[in-house]
Amino acid sequence: MASTAVTDDRRFESLGSQRARFVATRILIYGVLLLWAFICLFPIYWTLTTSFKSAPDVMQGHLVPFVDFTPDWKGWRSLGLSPDTLFETSTVREEFLKRMGNSLVASLGGSLLAVAIGSLAGYGLARFPYRFGPMRNNDISFFFLSQLILPPVVLAMPFLVLYKELAFLDSLPGLVLVYTLMVLPIVIWIMRDQFMSIPIELEEAALVDGLSIWGTFVRIVLPLALPGIVAALILALVLSWNEYFFAALLTGATAKTLPVMVASQTGSQGISWWSMAALSTAAILPLIVVGVLLERYIIKGLTAGAVK
Amino acid sequence: MTTTSPNVGQTFETVGVGTSASRKSLGRLIIIAGTLLFAAVLLFQVLYAAGVSASGFASWRPVFYAYFLWAASVVLGQILIRGEQGQRAAFVLPAVFFTVALVIFPTAFGLYLAFTDWNLSGSVGRRFNGFDNIVALWNDPFYWNALRNMVYYGLAVFFEYAIAFGLAVLLNADIKAQRFFRIVFLLPFMLSPVAVSWMVGKSIMENRFGPAARLARLLGWDNPAFFTDPWIARLSIEVMDAWVFIPLIMILLLAGLQALPKDLLEAARVDGASPWQTFWRITFPLMLPVSITAILIRIIFKLKLADIVINVTSGGPGGATDTVSSFIYREYRDRSNVGYGTALAEFYLIAIVIFITIALLVTTRWVSRYSTARAVDRV
Repeated sequence: MASTAVTDDRRFESLGSQRARFVATRILIYGVLLLWAFICLFPIYWTLTTSFKSAPDVMQGHLVPFVDFTPDWKGWRSLGLSPDTLFETSTVREEFLKRMGNSLVASLGGSLLAVAIGSLAGYGLARFPYRFGPMRNNDISFFFLSQLILPPVVLAMPFLVLYKELAFLDSLPGLVLVYTLMVLPIVIWIMRDQFMSIPIELEEAALVDGLSIWGTFVRIVLPLALPGIVAALILALVLSWNEYFFAALLTGATAKTLPVMVASQTGSQGISWWSMAALSTAAILPLIVVGVLLERYIIKGLTAGAVK
Repeated sequence: MTTTSPNVGQTFETVGVGTSASRKSLGRLIIIAGTLLFAAVLLFQVLYAAGVSASGFASWRPVFYAYFLWAASVVLGQILIRGEQGQRAAFVLPAVFFTVALVIFPTAFGLYLAFTDWNLSGSVGRRFNGFDNIVALWNDPFYWNALRNMVYYGLAVFFEYAIAFGLAVLLNADIKAQRFFRIVFLLPFMLSPVAVSWMVGKSIMENRFGPAARLARLLGWDNPAFFTDPWIARLSIEVMDAWVFIPLIMILLLAGLQALPKDLLEAARVDGASPWQTFWRITFPLMLPVSITAILIRIIFKLKLADIVINVTSGGPGGATDTVSSFIYREYRDRSNVGYGTALAEFYLIAIVIFITIALLVTTRWVSRYSTARAVDRV
């Protein structure tokens, strides 16, 4: 009798310590997760709140709006985007909107062109056996993918010279072409992966029913490949929206994009924290919205073909 | 581009559409016309540029258009001449023509530029100067300094990988609000490096008012300065770049973890292996191929590092944070010599290609040997 009680006790004790260990592990896991979430979010939070601070608030290191400082539209006023200046004319706002428009046109144009060319190539490489000299499909795919390793700096200066001759310098069409070539390898890779995951039987049935190869592609395959197309488009948009190196070298007064505008503000006029913060916030806000809403597609795009 | 009989895994067996003789000759006609037009426009402009003929276009733009007209004529001609086979080729040809015009040609043109002395803002124009640029490159301590920095930055990838692996394991664990954490962890990757330069480099790491400086003072560092000491500056740049790119590695590893065979992990648990043992004996080895892919992709991105350095330190102090890209960028901005800049860039490209090729060969062999060894083990 006594011995049973002892073992029961022991079992109870070990169950208790197991439980304690479980709780400790949980606390550790969530602690690390929350810490990293803080690391990810703090710079964004800092930038957003700084855009509502005035000089003393910045210097005294106030962090929490309403609690230790009173928010003010200062930063946004300097951009002409605060409620009281929104309907007045503002040259800074015009400049900002123009740069934002340029960014939009360049990244959207480049991404759409890359998705158009890349989808075709991806489908061809996923379905038809090609031979180009000694190169087979895998070699051709690798040839496209290998352009990823090309650093922008290698193409930048030849492009500077060639674009000067082509009258493409400081023009949006020129920038669209650059962004297309920059994201094309990734787009081809994602689309090839997507097309390979579509069962071939559907296309065979369509062909038997008398559709041409191109008819099958447009009417049967493309609608099925929509998730891949969205993933490729979003990733391409993010990469070209953030692009700085080419834009800094190849554009000037007319075609300058938002990152170049942000960069040009940091150096010159000392640091007017509030307006820089407002400008940075405006530049990253669209991407945060995209990231929160379309996270699934970004992850799909990033992992395409990398994990087998 | 020719298409052969189907011999790759998934391919079609289709009934060839008959191509009549008239269609074929029409196709040939289109290709010949396109080629002639392109050649004529090219010749016209070359003669004008060389000063032989007096008339020409104001810019080379028409030649650019003529190239794409020629490309279109080749695609159309292929379809008319070879029918079904031509239609197949038409899928991949646009990408090929685009790549040839905008990647291969500029890179090759760059190789030519590398052997010239060409100051874009000067009046002299380009002069062929043989191997002068290569000799100058060889004796340029700042360039070698930038290359050495790339090695340091490259080695830091392994730390990023370790952090990313830890985060991926945590995200893969049975946790609440998984989607929330995944989105939050992904956010830094979405932000533009230029904005990050200001948000983190110029404001959070500002020496007087920045929160990072305040924290450092709190921890006992009296006069925190993140960009004056060479090693601390390098570390600061690396921290910012890591902040942006750890999500990329993490997402790749997370996808790998989710694809792991569940039964194997379950079996290990039933056999009484501790989580630590399970990780090192099963998870980590199985993740090796994904890990290598993730690290290689990350290194490729790391080798392009420029934006943050250009905007935060401009390579300083004394070139300590310079990357090859930021160095060439500044070299061009200061002296506008495209010849020397291109020589530096092309040399860098060749170094990268050699490095990546060796890395691919070594890791492929390593992984295959490792997995056979494990297979033998299991038997």
